[in-house]
Amino acid sequence: MRQATVNKVLTYSVVDGPGNRLVLFMQGCNFACKTCHNPYTIDPCTHCGACIPACYSDALQMVDGKVVFDETRCDQCDNCLKACPISSSPMVSMLTVADVVEITRQYLPFINGLTVSGGEVTVQLKFVIELFEALKSAPDLAHLSRFIDTNGHLGKDGWARLLPVTDGVMLDIKALDPDKHRFLTGQHNRKVLQSARLLHEAGKLHELRYLVIPGHTDTKAEVDALIALILRLDPNLPIRLNAFQHHGVRGAATSWPKATKPVIETIKSRLFQADIPNVITPALYL
Amino acid sequence: MPTTTEKFRRIVEDKTLSFSQKARYLAIEAENSLPYPALDDETAQALEDRVICDMYEGNAPYKPRYVLPDYRIVMQRGSDYLELPAPTTLDEAINTLMIAYHHVPSVTGIPVYIGQLDDLLLPFCEGVSDDALYRKIKLFWRYIDRVLPDAFLHANIGPTDNRVARTILRVDAELKQIAPNLTFLYDPEISSESILEQATNNIVECSKPHIGNHPVHAATFDERGYGIVSCYNALPIAGGASTMPRVNLRKVAECANNVAEFFDSVLPRYMELGFRLCEARIDYLFNKSSFFNSFLVDEGWIERDRFTVMFGVYGMAEAVNILMEKGGAQGKYGFDADANAMGLRMTQQMSEIVNARALKNVWRGRAMLHSQAGISIDKGTTPGMRIPYGTEPDPVSHIRALAPHHAYYTSGISEILTVDETIKNNPGAMLQLCKGAFQAGFREFTANVASNDLVRVTGYMIRLSDVARFQACEGSRTNTTVLGTEAAENTGILDRKPRVVGVELAPSYGQ
Repeated sequence: MRQATVNKVLTYSVVDGPGNRLVLFMQGCNFACKTCHNPYTIDPCTHCGACIPACYSDALQMVDGKVVFDETRCDQCDNCLKACPISSSPMVSMLTVADVVEITRQYLPFINGLTVSGGEVTVQLKFVIELFEALKSAPDLAHLSRFIDTNGHLGKDGWARLLPVTDGVMLDIKALDPDKHRFLTGQHNRKVLQSARLLHEAGKLHELRYLVIPGHTDTKAEVDALIALILRLDPNLPIRLNAFQHHGVRGAATSWPKATKPVIETIKSRLFQADIPNVITPALYL
Repeated sequence: MPTTTEKFRRIVEDKTLSFSQKARYLAIEAENSLPYPALDDETAQALEDRVICDMYEGNAPYKPRYVLPDYRIVMQRGSDYLELPAPTTLDEAINTLMIAYHHVPSVTGIPVYIGQLDDLLLPFCEGVSDDALYRKIKLFWRYIDRVLPDAFLHANIGPTDNRVARTILRVDAELKQIAPNLTFLYDPEISSESILEQATNNIVECSKPHIGNHPVHAATFDERGYGIVSCYNALPIAGGASTMPRVNLRKVAECANNVAEFFDSVLPRYMELGFRLCEARIDYLFNKSSFFNSFLVDEGWIERDRFTVMFGVYGMAEAVNILMEKGGAQGKYGFDADANAMGLRMTQQMSEIVNARALKNVWRGRAMLHSQAGISIDKGTTPGMRIPYGTEPDPVSHIRALAPHHAYYTSGISEILTVDETIKNNPGAMLQLCKGAFQAGFREFTANVASNDLVRVTGYMIRLSDVARFQACEGSRTNTTVLGTEAAENTGILDRKPRVVGVELAPSYGQ
């Protein structure tokens, strides 16, 4: 049975789609964002073992050349993350579709649906399709909404396979200007913008997310381009403005200024002025 | 220790108290200058050591702790004593209730129960427009908050979906007052999904109402009914609770040498002392105080034999952790299966002891177990069965850990679940959380939005205490050392304020 590398399963989340969500954070991403707040979900573990001595609660062991993680011993000190030479994480689980279905059943009364996030979901596309198919075909689970949170770096054929079993997509727009996008993420944004159109046409674009990074994505040109994109799609589309903050961020971006409430509110009012009414702003700022 | 008259003078001259607060504290001190009802030495010692506690209800019980009048009586027949005819219009009905409240005693001097308001008012609403109903309820709400300003004063609505309940929810969310506190009784067979949704939306808006699991409560009481009062206590209508002793489980665990001794002798012993404390207080209330020589009894608002005793327990988390350690185990309450099993065993044993102990002058002859939420002087002890603040898991895990206990706490389990502010953008999650809690066996669902230590931000749960530690330049064990001071400045989220203020929280002067 196909397995996925899962960094974390949350059974309570109110920020990953409608209602309370069970959220699967997948390990591995095809972007390398400078502003990533969970950079240890980007690269897969190479099982070098450098993290094992850093773990004082003995939650990590080398078994047959692989680092094995015992979640019950972990007290989330994150020392292993600091010890990892490639900024990955050994705190991952290998889960089958049946495993996730089982967890979902356990928490069924508490959840409105399931959201797969990351890392980047679509890197493990086949697993996600199989999981959603399993949820959709189980009579007791079919009512759960199936959402993904994605960077949109997926082509037409991939979406064609994923969308029939997906109810909604939350799509991150990292930047509108291709050079800026490449600077921030390491990738071109052609596929992302294509995905936005395709998802909207399929009626599956639940929310656009835009990370406001002062000095980078709050410039007039960027916000104008964002407005133009939204207006081409649908002015009533829910737009979530996320505030860049330093929690978890590594490298140069830690010296970039955080997005404060006034910065976010300024962009929100610009969107309002462009007749884009459904703008969601952070409930709190760090 | 100041003498009694010195204490009186300090209260009279206290610059921080209002006139009515002084009058109240003077009354409390006067009562407490009388000798306590006679206790045997062992009970007196346990009370002195505060292993058992009388909630500082006073030395000479002359009123029950909680009184739940059957307001249907005065609404249907009026009152001879108060020279009130039965009301015939909505204005008269509200006016009758406003008068009635002033004659309802309680431990605080302010009524803790103001009625099943939709049932009481609906018969008078025919021909009243929605707008008129809204304006009248709004004035009624203003009156309650300004004249009876106590967070433990409690109104009930539901389980039917009706105009009065809807209007009350609307007004309550709009005014966001401390008083009255509010419970919506939910029954999946009777209540509509949409009124439950309005109620859970209100929680997101103002941390009210509390939601009661009506089928579970109804099965616990009789056809005369029950009410949810004060800090989420379920009690018989036309009665109430004479007294509420409580046992500090942490201290009981400290007194035991090992786990077996705790369960075999120490816990049963201290519970017995708690029963004796009740008996002494109930004897005074029923046989000396003349409380029941009252028009409330004569006219049928209350009945002498419908007063129960709430047997309170708290500090489960500390008790279990102490006993686990004494047994050489590591696991912590709320997180470890063995520790949780021990907690449940404790609950089950306490329930058995309460159900086996006969008490005179108590409804059905037995006390009712209660998970007690704590008062302002408690230190180092977690309310009720709760997982300690600062270490609590997410709300779903918290509910799942506590759910097995709920069946045993027949007079209520006051757990206030803290939910972080990110839910404000997504109130549908609160609805699902509530439904999930009831399906898991919760008797009641209470959530407080704000000031949660554990806050979900984009991908993560972070602890605001870590932010605070960082700000105090101590650094942080978890990976939050880059967090700035904006959290406090922008959100005020570190300013933990008590969800409610209430007289019960500060039972006497100087506490």
